Amino acid sequence: MKGLKRLLGGEAEPPSGAIARERLRLVLAHDRTSISPALLETLKDEIIAVISKHVAIDANDVRVTFSQTARESRLVADIPLLNPRKRPASSE
Amino acid sequence: MTARVITITSGKGGVGKTTVTANLGVALALHRQRVVVIDADVGLRNLDVMLGLENRIVYDLVDVIEGRCRLRQAMVRDKRLPELFLLPAAQTRDKSAVQPADMVHICNELREQHDFILIDSPAGIEQGFRYAAAPADAILVVTNPEIAAVRDADRVIGLLEAEERGPIRLIINRLRPELVRRGEMLSVADVVELLAIELIGVIPEDKEIISAANRGEPLAFSKDSSQAGTAFHDIARRLLGEHVPFTPLREPGVLQRLFGFARSGGDQT
Ligand SMILES: Nc1ncnc2c1ncn2[C@@H]1O[C@H](COP(=O)(O)OP(=O)(O)OP(=O)(O)O)[C@@H](O)[C@H]1O
Ligand SMILES: [Mg+2]
Repeated sequence: MKGLKRLLGGEAEPPSGAIARERLRLVLAHDRTSISPALLETLKDEIIAVISKHVAIDANDVRVTFSQTARESRLVADIPLLNPRKRPASSE
Repeated sequence: MTARVITITSGKGGVGKTTVTANLGVALALHRQRVVVIDADVGLRNLDVMLGLENRIVYDLVDVIEGRCRLRQAMVRDKRLPELFLLPAAQTRDKSAVQPADMVHICNELREQHDFILIDSPAGIEQGFRYAAAPADAILVVTNPEIAAVRDADRVIGLLEAEERGPIRLIINRLRPELVRRGEMLSVADVVELLAIELIGVIPEDKEIISAANRGEPLAFSKDSSQAGTAFHDIARRLLGEHVPFTPLREPGVLQRLFGFARSGGDQT
């Protein structure tokens, strides 16, 4: 089936080993910290709220993720600042 | 010399703890080490049958703990390998019969006269795992290259690290190189990266392990006859401090794939 789909030019699915690896990366990050995906969403919303009180940020592009080095997990927030020149018109 | 106590555990059941314990016990004894293997899976005793010693059991671990016999009386000596002893689990009791302190006492009593004490832990992260890990100087975590087994191994590693237990080493069991090559199985590198602990052995999937269990004669008795047998001896040598490089596993040959019996041929990966 999978082979057939690929032959017919459908999207090539990554092999299942790679899928397992990526799923485990996320599952282990959550297991280790007991931060659920839902909590991660909440954190992200609240971070956006706090920061945008003080600086203009691109709320749609904020990423809050886990990063793992060895057995240490950290929460990484990537928050793009809005370029002042690109700010909504009123600030001119 | 005082013995090193090594607990073999996994989180998930059925990944090969008892197989590893039996084979490592045999391999270490063949290296002239004085070994005691302890079956800590009270109520689900298995190590005795894997070693072919089930007919020689008189007393068990719980008899020792409850004072019905002395420790020496419960230990079964392997006639094929005089350096190897088994301390069997009780079959008709449950895990509440053993406390962590009991295992610590028993191991301390054994340390003087042996080089290695290997403890076959029950699956799970409850009482049985706790008492099996209590006396350990080092821990071997066994996993399979599968999503659920790796996840459970990570849980166990997290619990052991939180208690700052001695060194923890990883054994990957039932690896199938042909599936890894096709990308259909987690590779050794994937599992090591995900779990982030040091690797001490990789054992391939091998039907001979099941026939060895059927016969009660662990593969490690015949050292070079199979990749799996060699893998157990490599782990034993690493435990003894030797530097043994990790060589990639050969894929099963065409004949073996077709008929499932030939042990010989194979293409190097
Ligand atoms: N490398 C292998 N190749 C093929 N079969 C294997 C391999 N390792 C283990 N097995 C088989 O898998 C089954 C489970 O192994 P084993 O009893 O050692 O697991 P376990 O972790 O001790 O299980 P439990 O959690 O129930 O105590 C056995 O039938 C054994 O023969
Ligand atoms: Mg077992």
